Amino acid sequence: MTVIDVRKDPETLTLTFVAEFDAPVEQVWQVWADPRRLERWWGPPTWPATFVEHQFVVGGRSRYYMTGPEGEKAGGWWRITAIEEPHRLEFDDGFAGEDGEPNPDMPTTHGVVTLEATGSGTRMTTVSTFATLEDLEKLSAMGMEEGMRLAMGQIDAVLAG
Amino acid sequence: MVVRGLSPDEVDRIFRGLADATRRDIVEQVLREAQSISTLARRYDMSFAAVQKHVAVLERAALVTKQRRGREQLVHGNPEALQRAARLLADYERIWRHRVRVIEDILAEDAPGGDPQNPEERTEP
Repeated sequence: MTVIDVRKDPETLTLTFVAEFDAPVEQVWQVWADPRRLERWWGPPTWPATFVEHQFVVGGRSRYYMTGPEGEKAGGWWRITAIEEPHRLEFDDGFAGEDGEPNPDMPTTHGVVTLEATGSGTRMTTVSTFATLEDLEKLSAMGMEEGMRLAMGQIDAVLAG
Repeated sequence: MVVRGLSPDEVDRIFRGLADATRRDIVEQVLREAQSISTLARRYDMSFAAVQKHVAVLERAALVTKQRRGREQLVHGNPEALQRAARLLADYERIWRHRVRVIEDILAEDAPGGDPQNPEERTEP
């Protein structure tokens, strides 16, 4: 079991997620730094992400889009606000148009990632703070579609059989 | 000389942490009883403007509402929003659980020799 701790703080719309991996800190850092690795896990289950741009430096911008089960696209962007390779990363994450250009009217989420070496690997702590309930709602809704899609896939399999 | 070498980033982080603690406490207070900003400001030994700023952040997040009563504006808690937030955070937690599983797969592929730690969990083609 790699998930060590989860703390949900509704008063500040914050989720703290602590997990441990059997890999050195430098290697875990790469799943954030390398856009090809990052896009494999960043999107919610049925919304794979594609990073079009990933400027992994302080002040750098990333642009990505996530593709939903019906082929619909949701754009997103990051702005990196702090980097201490390979131990700390902070960024703002927001919704964008399909082209990944930030929508200035939409609030942003602030993410803080900390990587620490443990005896056998790396402890990763991510703290995500949402600005509004709507932001959180939008992301959570994407995550909820997983169960539905699985069910639909089973129906398809039955019909095809 | 910089005392204890706190970088602007670190100062920022500490400030953010304190802001979170204050906001959490404001929410708890006004859930018990609606209060004016000046009453809250006395509690935290903070300027009216500073508390107003925290309340504005909470109001944007729909966790509190402001209602005028006479000359004063009272800050009310919003228990429905708080419950909704708790529910949504639980959903978001599931997204993170999924993410961590996939990260584990990627790290297993990256490991020297590419030996996955849990071969039975590997379902990729």
